[in-house]
Amino acid sequence: MTVADVLLLALGAVAVGAGVLVVTSAHLVRSGLYLVVSLGAMAGLYLVLGAELVAWVQILVYVGAVVVLLLFAVMLTRAPIGPSTDLDRPALPAVLIGGGAGLGLAALFADAFRWTFYAMPEPGTAERVGEQIFGGWVLPFEVLSILLLSALVGAIVLSRPDIGARAAATATEHERGA
Amino acid sequence: MHVVIPYVVGALLFGLGVYGVLRRRNAILVLMAVELMLNAVNLILITADVSLRPGLTGVVIESWARPGSGVPAADTGTGGVLALFVIVLAAAEVGVGLAIILQYYRMRKAVVVDDVRLDAGEERVAG
Repeated sequence: MTVADVLLLALGAVAVGAGVLVVTSAHLVRSGLYLVVSLGAMAGLYLVLGAELVAWVQILVYVGAVVVLLLFAVMLTRAPIGPSTDLDRPALPAVLIGGGAGLGLAALFADAFRWTFYAMPEPGTAERVGEQIFGGWVLPFEVLSILLLSALVGAIVLSRPDIGARAAATATEHERGA
Repeated sequence: MHVVIPYVVGALLFGLGVYGVLRRRNAILVLMAVELMLNAVNLILITADVSLRPGLTGVVIESWARPGSGVPAADTGTGGVLALFVIVLAAAEVGVGLAIILQYYRMRKAVVVDDVRLDAGEERVAG
């Protein structure tokens, strides 16, 4: 057990524990806040694994933007403050499939990598990642920027009823009138 | 370091995400579970970048990826680049997904996945 192993174990335990709370908590808002803990622990795991830039992007994009967006959505949909009783479906199929997938994959990985010891990677700098992205991965990078732009436009069109949903709205009004 | 630890953590988190998607009825909670799954995949990508690096020495990458630079060895750090791409995709997915959820909430005053009627459009055409 090296220091890296202990760190990996501790951060992994935090990530998995918070993940369990995300999918079991009866409070909508608490679920989102546990997601912050889980994603933060995972950023710590990236740091230990030497992917420094990815860790900071994870903090910036996930914890800073995605979770805030999710919490905004929780509030905009008038979620109750206290615990909700009707959040869950029957557990059995979910436990079967989710537990099967998780434990099966874990067993597969544990079998494949057992206790092989790997040297610590040298910490990846932003310079190296930049060389990679703008060297070998330039085409996917540009495609991704187009995808982001279209997602942006799509989200705006979807959420503004005066642009996107006009036809549907007039149709339902017509239906109600008739 | 023992690379099996992050691999197993990633696998367990993926299982938790699957469980959450199947178990939760609230659409926002389903999105949170999807985020858990995407992050598990990211963790596995980064871990694979560390653990499979020794096996990549001397591997020649496809020529279209690096035009004009001779025959380079396979790059290390590709897992990190892919993880960054996945993060960007997840951000786009959450944006569009939440727009859909909010629009649905505005129409029906509910965010319960079970109540979404997939045949509503056909009925309108028929009626």
